[in-house]
Amino acid sequence: MNRRALRKAKNAAFLVLSLIATMTGLACLAAILWTLLSHGLAGMSWHLFTQMTPPPGGQGGLLNALYGSAVMTLLGILIGSPIGVLAGTYLAEYGRNSRLSTVIRFINDVLLSAPSIIIGLFVYEIVVVHMGHFSAIAGALALAILAIPVTLRTTEDMLNLVPVGMKDSSAALGAYPWRTTLSVLYPAARSGIVTGLLLAIARISGETAPLLFTALNNQFWSTHLNAPMANLPVVIFQFALSPYKDWQDLAWAGALIITVTILVLSISARVLLAMLQAGRGSGR
Amino acid sequence: MIPSTKPPKHLKMRPPVAVAAERTEDLGPPKIEIRALNFYYGDVRSLHNITMSLADKSISAFIGPSGCGKSTLLRVLNRMYGLYPRQRAEGEVLIGGRDILGPNVDVAELRYRVGMVFQKPTPFPMSVFDNVAFGLRLGGGIRGAELKSRVESALRDAAIWDEVKDKLHADGRSLSGGQQQRLCIARAIAVKPEVLLLDEPTAALDPISTLRVEETLQALREKYCIVVVTHNLQQAARVSNVTGFMFMGELVEIGPSSRIFTSPQDRRTDDYITGRFG
Repeated sequence: MNRRALRKAKNAAFLVLSLIATMTGLACLAAILWTLLSHGLAGMSWHLFTQMTPPPGGQGGLLNALYGSAVMTLLGILIGSPIGVLAGTYLAEYGRNSRLSTVIRFINDVLLSAPSIIIGLFVYEIVVVHMGHFSAIAGALALAILAIPVTLRTTEDMLNLVPVGMKDSSAALGAYPWRTTLSVLYPAARSGIVTGLLLAIARISGETAPLLFTALNNQFWSTHLNAPMANLPVVIFQFALSPYKDWQDLAWAGALIITVTILVLSISARVLLAMLQAGRGSGR
Repeated sequence: MIPSTKPPKHLKMRPPVAVAAERTEDLGPPKIEIRALNFYYGDVRSLHNITMSLADKSISAFIGPSGCGKSTLLRVLNRMYGLYPRQRAEGEVLIGGRDILGPNVDVAELRYRVGMVFQKPTPFPMSVFDNVAFGLRLGGGIRGAELKSRVESALRDAAIWDEVKDKLHADGRSLSGGQQQRLCIARAIAVKPEVLLLDEPTAALDPISTLRVEETLQALREKYCIVVVTHNLQQAARVSNVTGFMFMGELVEIGPSSRIFTSPQDRRTDDYITGRFG
């Protein structure tokens, strides 16, 4: 009887501890969102999307930063994702058991968790130093390097989920592996691979450290890829640390925009993945 | 549910399936010749010295307990085993008089000549039409009206045309399991292969779908050399001209199905078909 009571008490204690931990995590998240919303919403206005970042005390928006972030993220994905997708295809389809694949997989895992500031430093050293100045293209390269491991991993995982029978059936019709990959495996894994791309975009669109060393920032409207370019994370970094109230407000607004964008991307990725699994279920 | 007294119309109209076993005398010249075939998974030998000939325009069935090597034998005939590491075949296999195991054989071309249907239906993630057209497009040169008519005749031959003619642009994966399997048969025969291999084609299907697939095979016998691996003894007896019994990697006995199922010559065959093991 006594033992039983003790076991019950242990169970209750464990439950309470788990609950406290959960609540702490959720509370932090809620606090972050609340702070973002309360500060960011105040700064929300059309000016954000129509005007350049202002000098201290002036009136302005975030247009050049939004444009820069969009351009560099897009370029980063355009450069990084083909490499990631093709490398993932190699791992899943061609070199499944080769020693090279084991090495690539390991390096990719390291890259996946590498601090992004190191990526920034790397691109600074091999691009910025050689060019002699900061540039948007260097920023895009840094983001591309960050996008590669994410897309590589998801592509390999998603291709591995395609039933072996489907691949064998295509081979049994006389299709070479490249034809099977393009016509059967990619369509079968399409939503999974797109999910990977969305997650990669979400990952790189909020990165600050790699851009500090590469694209730096730009007060003005610039579309030159060969010149420093404004971008949201670095603008937030600079404006939030500044003593000026209007800059701080812009930083909050920018932070809210990034968060909402990433949230939307993550949710779309989840919805896509759910659709993929539902399709698999009904397809039998 | 099907009322037992009155089968649905489409089941009644078909010719009786038992005729298969009686047509063994007029079998033509051999399409497939296998001599001293051995197969290895790594160091383990899983086929032992198999020698036999299989006739064209007939159905040959292979039966035997799990792991007896019947699926392995099938995978040699289109060299599917080559997709997996550490598997190799030794010996001589001729299809239509041409050696298929040699190092200079174009495996993709071989598989174009030797179609295969798997246990689980594997429709590709594309429309019904594109599924059937897949093999035809691989070869190139077939498009437009000719492509359409080839797809239609393949679907007719696989006895699924009437069910899908109004949804040729629906996703192949939206069909029922039995329809998917007949779609896969249509996809395999669309390229007019010389040989059609089926690896337990009805194992994942319900009885009605199984019947439809068996009827499809009956109809295809006129045109192809068909090799079926099955766990289902009744199925082998119903559809095949020739049955081979395999046991532990050996071909124990092969002969006209009517004889194998009524008076087998080997004790092990007798034990297996009378249900004493397996």
